[in-house]
Parts: sequence; C-alpha cells; structure tokens
Amino acid sequence: MFYREAGQFKASYAEDARIFPIRQDRIGFWVLMLVLGVAVPLFSNEYWLKAILIPVLIFSLAALGLNILTGYAGQLSLGSAAFMAVGAFAAYNFMLRIDGMPFLLALVLAGLTSAGVGILFGLPSLRIKGFYLAVATLAAQFFIVWALVKFPWFSNNSSSGVVTAQAVTILGYTFESPEAKYVLTFLIVAFMALLAKNMVRSSTGRAWMAVRDMDVAAQVIGFRLMRTKLLAFAVSSFYCGVAGALYAYTYIGTVEPEGFNLDLSFKILFMIIIGGVGSIMGSFLGAAFIVLLPILLDNVVPALFGDALGAGFVSNFQLIIFGGLIIFFLIVEPHGLARLWQIAKEKLRLWPFPH
Amino acid sequence: MKLKHTVLLGAAIAGLLGSAVASADEQFIGLPSYRVGPYASGGSGLFGGWIDYMQLVNERDGGVNGVKLTWEECETEYNNARGVECYERLKKKGSTGNSVFQPVSTGITYSVLDKVAQDKIPMVTIGYGRTDAADGRVFPWVFPMITTYWSQASAIVNYMGQKEGGMDKLKGKKIGLLYHDSAYGKESHAIMDKLAAKHGFEVIKIAVAHPGNEQQSQWLQIRQAKPDYVVLWGWGVMNPTAIKAAAKTGFPREKLIGVWWSGAEEDTIPAGPAAKGFVAAGFNVAGANYPVVADIKKHVYGKNKGNMEDKARVGSVYYNRGVVHGIITVEAIRKAQEKYGKGKALTGEQMRWGFENLNLDDARLKALGATGFMPPLKITCADHEGPGKVKFQQWDGSQWKVITDWVESDRPLVRGMIEESAAAYAKEKGIKPRDCSKES
Repeated sequence: MFYREAGQFKASYAEDARIFPIRQDRIGFWVLMLVLGVAVPLFSNEYWLKAILIPVLIFSLAALGLNILTGYAGQLSLGSAAFMAVGAFAAYNFMLRIDGMPFLLALVLAGLTSAGVGILFGLPSLRIKGFYLAVATLAAQFFIVWALVKFPWFSNNSSSGVVTAQAVTILGYTFESPEAKYVLTFLIVAFMALLAKNMVRSSTGRAWMAVRDMDVAAQVIGFRLMRTKLLAFAVSSFYCGVAGALYAYTYIGTVEPEGFNLDLSFKILFMIIIGGVGSIMGSFLGAAFIVLLPILLDNVVPALFGDALGAGFVSNFQLIIFGGLIIFFLIVEPHGLARLWQIAKEKLRLWPFPH
Repeated sequence: MKLKHTVLLGAAIAGLLGSAVASADEQFIGLPSYRVGPYASGGSGLFGGWIDYMQLVNERDGGVNGVKLTWEECETEYNNARGVECYERLKKKGSTGNSVFQPVSTGITYSVLDKVAQDKIPMVTIGYGRTDAADGRVFPWVFPMITTYWSQASAIVNYMGQKEGGMDKLKGKKIGLLYHDSAYGKESHAIMDKLAAKHGFEVIKIAVAHPGNEQQSQWLQIRQAKPDYVVLWGWGVMNPTAIKAAAKTGFPREKLIGVWWSGAEEDTIPAGPAAKGFVAAGFNVAGANYPVVADIKKHVYGKNKGNMEDKARVGSVYYNRGVVHGIITVEAIRKAQEKYGKGKALTGEQMRWGFENLNLDDARLKALGATGFMPPLKITCADHEGPGKVKFQQWDGSQWKVITDWVESDRPLVRGMIEESAAAYAKEKGIKPRDCSKES
C-alpha cells in the first residue's frame, strides 16, 4: 500500500540512473544512514559499538571485497584474510616508518599494497578457473601469513610477531573513544560501499559480470580478459586490505599474523554465500549474520539450557544450531539473504491486495 | 484493588532493592572460556578446575570473608575477535564490574592489552601472553605470573645442565628446538640464542607448520643433526605427533623435553606407549593427592556441584592449572580486601593492588593445601612475574611423575631481556614507566 512507485516518473537520465529508483527506498536509505551515522554513536553503549557494530562494519567491507571478486567477476578466492593481513601490516609499517604519515593516506597506501599483492596472486586466474583457482589463492593465504611471521621486519622485530596499531589522528583529532572510532569506520565503509555500488553499475562491473558469465564470450565481444580479471583482483584486495587496516586500527588494536588465518578466509566466504553472491547489500547482511548470530546464541543458549546441560555441551550446542541455521537459510533461499530481501520487497509492492 | 496493587508493587520494589543490596557482597569474575574449537581439551580442563576452586571457596568458606564469588562464562573459541567481544560483554557485569580478565590465550591477551589499562581491569596471564609485560613499571595492568616463556626456556636449559652435571658441561652440546611455527613458537628464539651464546651450546631451530600433524622431514633433520636434547615447543596435535615421531626415529624420550603447553595428559595419552619417559616442564604439577584437590573432591564433587563432566580428569595437568588460576585470583581478592575493607566487593582497580602485593609464601601455600603444587609467588610493582620456576615431570606410561624440585631460571639474564624489551615498547608507545618507589 505504502511501498508502491505509482506516479513516480523518471524525467531525466540522472533520475533513471539512480541507485534507488523508488522514492520510498531513498527515504528508507537516508533514515538508515542517519540512524547508523548519528543516532547510534549518540545513544549506543560502548559494548555495542566496540564489540558488535565496528566488527560488523569491518567484516562487511571485507565481504564486499570478496564479493567483487567472487560474486561479480566470478573468481573464487580463499585468500581474503591474507589480503586483510597485508593491509593491516602495510598500514602499520607506513605509519611506523614514515614520519607524520596521515592515517587516511596510510589506509589508501595499505589498500594499494594489498591490491599489488592481489594482482600477483591473481595471475594464475588467467589460466585456471573455479576450484583450481581457489587452490591457487589458498597458496596466497598460507604464503602471506608465513612471510609475515618469517620476516621480523614486517612486525618491527617484535619477538612474537605481534604489532600494536598506532593512535589514529586525523587533522589533529585523535580517534580514541569508541564513538569516534565507530563514526570513522562507518564513514569509510559507507564511502567504499557507494564506490563499489557505482563500480559494479558501470562499464567496469559489466565487464566483470560478462567475464563471470562466460569468459570466452566476453573475450569475443572485446573485453580484455587479463585486464578485467586482474582489475577485479586488485579492487577486491584493495577492499580487503582497507578492511584489514581498519581491523587493526579501529577494532582490535593489536594484530598478529595468525589472526588472519584460513578460518577467517572461510568466514568471509560464508558471509557472501549467506548474504548473497553478487550483491553489495548481501555482503552487509552476510557479515551481520555471521558475526552476530554466534554472539546471540552465546547469550541465549546458556541462559535457556545452561543448567540442564553441561557448559561444554552448551558451547557445542551453539555451533550445532549455528550450522543448522546456515543450512536452513541456504535451503530456503540459495541466493542468500539479499535475495530474500528482494522477494520481500516484491511482495510488499502488492500488499495488501495481491490480486 | 488499587491499594492491593500498590502494596504488591511496593513489595516487589523492596524485594528488588533487597536483592540489589545482597548482591553487593558478590565478587564477579568473568571467564572467557573455550570449550569448543581446536584447544577445547585444554580449555575445558583449565576452566573446569578454576570454576571448581571458586566453588570450593564458596562452599567450604562461604566466599572470601563472606563475599561470594560469582562468575559467568563467555565462549571465545580461542578466537581473538570473539575474545574481544567477551571482554566487552563481561566488563560491566556484577556489582563492581569484571574484576579480573584472564583470557588463557596469547592472541586475546594482545587484543585487549591496551583496553585493560583504559578500563582499569587487571589482566592476569599465567604462563602465556606478552613476556615483557613482566616489567610492571611499563605494564601496570598486566600480570604474566609465576613464569614466562623466557624463564621457562632458561629453566629448561638449567635442567639440562643439572642432568649433565653442571652448566659448563653444556658447552659444545647440540640442542634441537622443535617449535610451532607461530608467534608463540618464535617467542623461544631470542632467549635460546642468548643462552646458547652464554653456555656455549648450539641451537638447531626446526619449525613445524601449524597444526603439525606431519613431522617426517623435521625428524629426519633431527636424526641427521643428532642433538643431545630436543626441546618440544609445541601446541595441540603437534605434541603427540612429535612424541610418536621421536619413538619412530629412536630418539630417547628422556631427552625430549616439552614446555608446559606440551606436557599434559592430552599430549601423552594419544601418543600411547611412545610417550613413556617423555619429560615436560610445568608451573603446576599433576596429581589429585594434594589437600586442595582433595578438598575440591570432598566439598564440590561431594555435593555434586563439580564442573567437570569427566571426573577422572580432576587432578590432571590442565585441571590443576585451572586450580592455580583459582588460587591466585582468590588470594588477590583476599589481599585487596585487607586494604580496601573485608567483606566488600572490589573494583578492578582495587584488585590490581591485590595482585601487585600478592605474596604466597610457603606458609600460605601450606594453609591452602598447595605445597609443592605451585611455586611460592611474590609479586612486586616492578616484577609482575614472580619466581619463574618450573618443575619437571616425566610420563611413566600412565601418569605424570614429578622428577625435580622447582628449577630456577637464569633470573638476571631473563630480567635484563624483559626490561630491554619493555623499554622499547614504552618508547614506541610513549609510555613513561612508573616510579616503583612511590607506589604503596
């Protein structure tokens, strides 16, 4: 009844090319942005900001990076966590070794470093596809973590390979409080999500999708495969690298190479599978699902069954529920939560008179 | 009717207030436990022992000077991000907030290192974590108690010296260092190099990639190099694999010396008969015949309030390590109550004072029923580590047998390295070390 675009005409190209063509969507989007950008830092408590919202945003960004590569360009990768590690350690070294390095520039440089490494490990994609490519990116995962532990230069000769992020200062303001860190993370993630959305709607994204759907056909109609695929690797790694740097600087504060292990790569892959492969929004929904659900279960399950079952069983029981829910969602909607959202919107347009 | 409602409401509010007053004498301890994931076998034993000890204090003594201990577990899965979430979740629980954080994970320790100082919650890392945090002047909020990795390495070398009949006999010997290829394993390098230079032995460092269930090439290397001893700096499945490989290679198990994360029943039982003779260091010992463990059996398991699902594990290495965590936590509460008021719940800041002035001498350990169970422990403002001593235990095929008294580490050497590393950290972070002569 309320969600209906009747009477909304597109009178110019600019209106036609909007991200949200329906007015209700635009209003909803801006309300959401205001809530997340203004109301949340004003009214939320430290626990929510530090332990829930900041990690969800950062993992969304990493999932977005992987989604560009896997969902849009069709190149399967298991190295996302390693590219995050490159970003985190690159940002640390830029801040450490160059005096007066502005944080945002370090962030961009970290992303570019990660992009460079991504291109290097993307080279096999020119010859191999699918699961074989996944195995090649697995090499990136193990090699990068190994190299960061092996060469003490990366961690400034720290005996345990752990680095501590420096203070984040932009224009003389130090981002220390959880609110400030959250706002900074939010702005960066929002900006990069907008960038990604526009990228996938432009010729770049269309080239990626053409390669994804059938690379031979894409080549025949004139897309240069090497450029397109490597660009996807570069952009994807850039996003993962920035996510890694944010992980170090606005979230955990100290990072060790082992923190970016294969488990994390799989987690990011699950995020896009649950959220929706080939969807910007799906990256956010998937990250929220994978980060929040275990925490929710850890709060709810012991309270409900803690006395009846032993503590050890409760912990395992949570994992069983978590796994069960993932399977449930994949059976109900194999295209992910983003597709569920889309279906809900289509239903809403007809509601309450479906005929 | 209205009057009745009002009376009921009033009673309800009074009840709530009453319970709020009653809960004021409870001391909350947040437990970031891990009972699933790759290290669950260690986590369930350690946190089980810790909880059982706190239960014992509640059941037998009615709490610490009447203050009941309360706790809540939060599952970390040994994952840093989950650990940070647990830290934040537990921080504000209880009437005075979480009074101590002990993550039992080096990764989580690093992740919350800066946060504990801001939130004024002491962090106790017994036998893991950041070694140079033993310098309490730079790290006022972190307590790597009893012993650190560096002290342990030094104590292991001293044990070898004892076996050989003097430290000078180590000259020209070869010591293999089979380590987990991670930050944890690499922690051994600097100290072993220093000790090698000092005593004139040669260190052969051999890395094992995580998880370490394939060690053929490493043991081939050991067979070629023929070291006199091999230090097993392992973790999880790497340990039984190494023990089995040693047996296959014919390396004497008596010369294979594990660190404390390699020396539990969980490491030897899977290796089967190959583990017989294997020696490991430990800052606590195995065994259920100590009065403190006997008390837990009587007061906690006797009332069916025990935490362990498998009661046979009571008295195992990890379980007893949890009891040590419990003893140190409870004794710090007792100490801090002496200063800040007996029978009162303490804040994290007050608890920090308790840890910093902790003194578990022989008499106190005897009263606790823990003589020989853990080394005497004295913490000061500058020294957050304490004795740095370990005992060596040998696996006889079915259980651990203590074979040495507490073995000292090379304190001047280790302390020098700690201070050097802490000073570098202080410089990098712009921290001005505390002046310990001004602390009370």
